[in-house]
Amino acid sequence: MRGRDIVGATRRFMLAAGLATSAALAATAFQAQAQAPSGPPIRIGSTLALTGPLAQTGAIHKIVGDLFVAQLNARGGLLGRPVEWVLLDDQSKPDITRTLYERLITVDKVDLIIGPYATAGILSAMAVAQRYNKVLVHSTFGIPKMAAYDRQFPAWPLGIDPEKTMPNDLLDALASIGKTPKSIAIVTSKFPSVQFVAVGAREVAKARGVKEALYLEFEFGTRDFGPIAARVREADPDLLFVGAIGLEGNQLLEALDKLNYKPRNHFYVYPTPGPLATSPLGNDAMATTAFENLPPLNKNPEAAAFAKAFTEAATKAGLPYTEPETQAGASWSMWEILTGAIKATKSLDDKVLADHIKKNGSDTVLGHISFDGQNNYGKNLMRTKQVQQGKWVIIWPKDMITPGYTVQGK
Amino acid sequence: MSATLFGQSVLSGIFAGSLYALMGLGMSLSWRYLRVINIAHFGLVFLAAYMTYEFAGVRGYSALAVALLLIPLFFVLGVIQQVLILRFNVNEFSSLIVTYGLAIIAEAVIQLIWSADFVRYENRALHGNVEVGTLLLPVADILLVVIAVGLCVATWAAMRFTWLGKALRAGLDNPAIAAAFGVPNQRLLLLVSGFSAALASVAGVFVALLYTLAPSQILSWLGVVFAAVLLGGLGNPLGLLAAGMLIGVSEAITMAITAPSWAPVVPFTILILLLVLWPQRV
Repeated sequence: MRGRDIVGATRRFMLAAGLATSAALAATAFQAQAQAPSGPPIRIGSTLALTGPLAQTGAIHKIVGDLFVAQLNARGGLLGRPVEWVLLDDQSKPDITRTLYERLITVDKVDLIIGPYATAGILSAMAVAQRYNKVLVHSTFGIPKMAAYDRQFPAWPLGIDPEKTMPNDLLDALASIGKTPKSIAIVTSKFPSVQFVAVGAREVAKARGVKEALYLEFEFGTRDFGPIAARVREADPDLLFVGAIGLEGNQLLEALDKLNYKPRNHFYVYPTPGPLATSPLGNDAMATTAFENLPPLNKNPEAAAFAKAFTEAATKAGLPYTEPETQAGASWSMWEILTGAIKATKSLDDKVLADHIKKNGSDTVLGHISFDGQNNYGKNLMRTKQVQQGKWVIIWPKDMITPGYTVQGK
Repeated sequence: MSATLFGQSVLSGIFAGSLYALMGLGMSLSWRYLRVINIAHFGLVFLAAYMTYEFAGVRGYSALAVALLLIPLFFVLGVIQQVLILRFNVNEFSSLIVTYGLAIIAEAVIQLIWSADFVRYENRALHGNVEVGTLLLPVADILLVVIAVGLCVATWAAMRFTWLGKALRAGLDNPAIAAAFGVPNQRLLLLVSGFSAALASVAGVFVALLYTLAPSQILSWLGVVFAAVLLGGLGNPLGLLAAGMLIGVSEAITMAITAPSWAPVVPFTILILLLVLWPQRV
């Protein structure tokens, strides 16, 4: 009997467990069904530089967009509907970008648009957005004073005058350790979004009494940096300020290395972060950044989750440098701003969205971005970072310094 | 400008000019002897550069071994390309479009395999300088000059003094009569195409040694190398070497004495002057 009781009890337990599991699964399925987005998708259109000279950075924006939209849909989409990202390749060409945004709005009839990469492409898209009164949130637009359209919103919190704030922050950082440079060499690409920063650095240096030892402009796409390096070596400044975009900083450092010259203090405006951090020549190199996967920035759980997901996706995509930084951070915040406004207003109307974004700003992985200043640029949230022991750490402003690190200067 | 700055700039120009010559040599030969304006040559150069990065930089094989492996491999690729060009009867003008398309395909393939992001092959064995007075000569650049000069001179000598060179020139002048004298025109064309592609692989190894790579850079070399090839004279290795050096040194001195942003104007100014003053040269 006892054995039969045990068998019976076991059967009853198994039956109860089975029923409970079935009920739990049914509840989960019901819940999932309730959360699953349905209906026609909300179509958000954009282009990216998937090929051409900007493709290496375009790839970062694609990873971020894919990741964001996948997570958004997994959490129920927007307004109960799935979100579809209509993405076209602008081949890194502003003229093609303009044509493709026209197509997205008039032929593909997307509900909303979002920014491409980079400055020239965004400017092209902005002109189209203005023509159709579309709201345009964009990621890394480098010349704030040119963004005059009232429904454009920069997700990159650069402030209206980076040509002043960037060199001032740098000099403040060096001054904080008593290493204010006596002389500066400014070497810059003629690429528009860095050249004006270099010109600003000239004025800031003059205003702060730093002697200009050298000022040079070179063409974007220069391959041979040997003669420029020879001139830098001859000038031998305390601070080398390089208006570099992409790889130009590495190229100049490699040319300087061939001349056995190491700059005492060196700053690069918008370098490709991976090659500079991992280069044996990159030690103590400084740059500007909006996001790094470092405290205090990654103390925000959403920022930490974004950083983790980006690194995983970038690794899967085979990118050599998988850490999220300015480009990935600004791209993610771009999506946050647009979708946040849709959720808050429950609307896809461009005017409603633009009014909401302008009035409320947005909480993003980069911090709270406001749009209350000239050309919708709010507070400058940029930070100065430096390569230390083969990785980037934030060294300025004081409240953002990565714990355990300090500014390194000579 | 100090003497050191001037001397260092001239050296820098010689190094750059050597690479222009090395990249242009295969292109110059195929243009002259095959009547193919081979833009795909730059795609092959970068494919070789990425393979060098992959096998020497990532997998740790010796760069020399990789180079020795790439040369025959690219020879075969060059032969295949020429077989297809002959098969589809691509003429000189069409070859510009067809090979441009092949270069774009090469860019897409490279991007697919290695991503669009930058990659760098750090070769510490070739790191370092030789000091000559106040001037510094980087070891990798010295090797580049030696190889570029060696290949240009050897190719010139082969074209001028060997049966092969004479047969090629004869085939170019009058294929029917050359064939009547036993010149295997078709096979020679395949040989030139294979040799040009093999030269692309050598140039690619140096591109990997000296530069950080990105697929989008493939066509960024086109203008300056094109200018060197035209200035040097089609199928003229020594002329190409001299033209490469002239462009490289002119660019470098421009950068040393004035705003470096003027440097890209130099090769095309020289080319335009040549076209105006000496049109029969091109």
